[in-house]
Amino acid sequence: MKPKHQRLILAIIAVIGLLVASLIAINALSDEASYFYTPATLNDQNVEIGKAIRLGGMVKQGSIQSASDGVTINFIVQDKDQEQIVRYTGVTPNLFVEGSGVVADGRLDKDGIFIADNLLAKHDENYVPRELQDIDMSNTQKLEKSVVQ
Amino acid sequence: MTAEAGLIALWLAAALALLQFAVSFLYIKTEDDNLLKIINPIAIVQGLLCLLSFTMLIFLFLDTDLSVLLVAQNSHIDKPWIFKLAGTWGNHEGSMLLWVSVLALSGAAIALFEKRLDQKTFAATLMVQAFVSFGFYAFLLFSSNPFARLNPAPKEGAGLNPLLQDIGLAFHPPTLYIGYVGLSIAFSVAVGGLISGKINSALARAMRPWALLAWIFLTLGIAAGSYWAYYELGWGGWWFWDPVENASLMPWIAATALLHSIAVMATRDALRSWTIILALVGFAMSMAGTFLVRSGILTSVHAFAVDPERGAFILALMIINVAGALLLYALRINQVRQGKIFNLMSREGAIVGNNIILVSILAIVFVGTLFPLFAEGFADQKISVGPPYFNKATIPFIFLLMILLWAGPLLRWRQDNAERISKKLLISAICAIILLLILVVTLPDTPILSMIAIALSLGLAVASFLPLMGRNLRRTPLPIYGMVIAHFGIAICAFGMASESGFSKQLLKSVEIGDTEQLANFDVKLKNVIPVIGDNWVATQAIIEVRDSDSRSIEFETLKPEQRLFFNPNQETSEAALMTRWNGQLYAVLGKKNEDGKWQLRIWWKPFVTWIWYGAIIISLGGLISLLGRTKRRKKKREEVNPWA
Repeated sequence: MKPKHQRLILAIIAVIGLLVASLIAINALSDEASYFYTPATLNDQNVEIGKAIRLGGMVKQGSIQSASDGVTINFIVQDKDQEQIVRYTGVTPNLFVEGSGVVADGRLDKDGIFIADNLLAKHDENYVPRELQDIDMSNTQKLEKSVVQ
Repeated sequence: MTAEAGLIALWLAAALALLQFAVSFLYIKTEDDNLLKIINPIAIVQGLLCLLSFTMLIFLFLDTDLSVLLVAQNSHIDKPWIFKLAGTWGNHEGSMLLWVSVLALSGAAIALFEKRLDQKTFAATLMVQAFVSFGFYAFLLFSSNPFARLNPAPKEGAGLNPLLQDIGLAFHPPTLYIGYVGLSIAFSVAVGGLISGKINSALARAMRPWALLAWIFLTLGIAAGSYWAYYELGWGGWWFWDPVENASLMPWIAATALLHSIAVMATRDALRSWTIILALVGFAMSMAGTFLVRSGILTSVHAFAVDPERGAFILALMIINVAGALLLYALRINQVRQGKIFNLMSREGAIVGNNIILVSILAIVFVGTLFPLFAEGFADQKISVGPPYFNKATIPFIFLLMILLWAGPLLRWRQDNAERISKKLLISAICAIILLLILVVTLPDTPILSMIAIALSLGLAVASFLPLMGRNLRRTPLPIYGMVIAHFGIAICAFGMASESGFSKQLLKSVEIGDTEQLANFDVKLKNVIPVIGDNWVATQAIIEVRDSDSRSIEFETLKPEQRLFFNPNQETSEAALMTRWNGQLYAVLGKKNEDGKWQLRIWWKPFVTWIWYGAIIISLGGLISLLGRTKRRKKKREEVNPWA
């Protein structure tokens, strides 16, 4: 075997290796990439129960309720005109407050409740989660202000 | 005047980079030795000027000179000095200046210490280094000037994000940057070799210590970042597959592959073009990481400012550098003679396997990190790719790599037979299988992946020492020890990861003061919750007493997790408390007070979690020993052929 042939063989092996890796990556992506929804898009589309998704919106004023175990909360995430009930067990992030933006990782259960595994709240005053940047919150904010008043 | 001095130094350094580029270019054309003599001094002075500029910025931050815009935006007079110091690189401009300083100092280091390259390749290397540096100087001067003044100066300053006010931050970015940007040397040497046309084992030997040094720092920097996220974010996780973490992992994977293929090229003069391409990919990944993190494309604690112009600038620099290098590669690679031939059942073959697996993992991480950006850019789809994808796609490859790692170091160069090593490997295989059986029988509820990973790690821990079997230990060269130790570190690290993922226990409960709960083998008592005051924060602190359940003694250790409220800027953070044992850590987070007066507590027992970072330290130590062996050997000027020489 000449060095030239060996180089060719190695290159072929490398290409096959990369192809296998890409196939695995594509397969895993189609199973595990979680799409981002707002309450409105979530209600519009039939999202499979138990599929990993992200939900983003505003935490509705007055909607946070603690369950009796003291570590589970139920709250409502809303966007312009739709709502979604979310349940989360755990210590909430510091900036998780009513009327503020939130992104929840989780899945829908069979009762239509969004079970959140993880909550991402607004990071600091100058930060809006990327997914929330272009959601129209104008109505919800007005709504909340009127509630507060 | 400090700010002006810093700015002038930066302009001068940029001018010198341009000069260095021109002089090196002329030398390559004319081979006039007079030109060669001045390249070194230029590179060294350029490095020093950039360092001077960075030092000036540090002074401004230590002084809290609020007439400088950057200081006013990111610091505050009431901050402890160590965070004023760390604040220098806790922002976009400062961290980019640090980045460029490391780049310039890398150039100076080549000028001072690199003696193995022939003159033409050496000049070409410094030419490439100057070219890359100049681009980033331009970026700083035209779009991210750290020394801009602010008039009128404010009285206090806006302060630093409290998440960044942490001792880990003082060390994590500089360490990571030395690693990141240190890879520029391998890049420059590779492109230098392409320019001079001398792609041979001497080039690989010259590249190796630099790649090794960068890789050591990269390893430590990633480990430090991971530990920082682990205790500072309060989520108890040590790796989130966050794009920013991936940005540091990708250069590391490329550098790891590079180190192995360099060994083949240096020792056996094979895998030439492959090694060159890996050197290019390594620094390309560093620049891609910088782009991802600094462009503001991602929102994270690292994205200091969202500014499309800056993102576009870095992207353009990256494309020019990488596309230029790849173009040169495509033009020149036909002139590179093919390397020496080898049998696939050999050390070379095993390293080819290592490289293919590592590059596959790199591809998977790359796709997962960039896919959401492409989906949003081209299809207007918001998609997040998280741990489920990365774990699912990378774990099979990691397992494969670990098995290969049992055998690879035992194989001889050029040609070997499987029978010879299979006897040795039997030991580690038996250990792994016995452990796997024990785990399956005693802990049937554990996730199977964790059990396999633990068994593979034990096998690897044994197998990593096998290359020393039958050797005269006194006469074994240091790089062999380095390899053994680094591979052993992988086993320790993988064991920690598998153990944490498979065996962690959690207590999440609303607890009354005075209550005792049980977690793993500990009795955990919430003794009290008290207010405390710090330098620039106030906090609610829980006092938690921890006892071993089975011990009768009254001795206990105390955990003190806090909810902190920082001033300037006003922000609440959660400070986790840790109790470290040799076999794991207790990790406590204090939640909110419920209406019934109970406190939310979240406590994890994470068995062997610290081994993840011990493993990383052992891996770097292996690298360091190997590096010492290389530099020592260079002094002795021995040119003997040796498995890892």
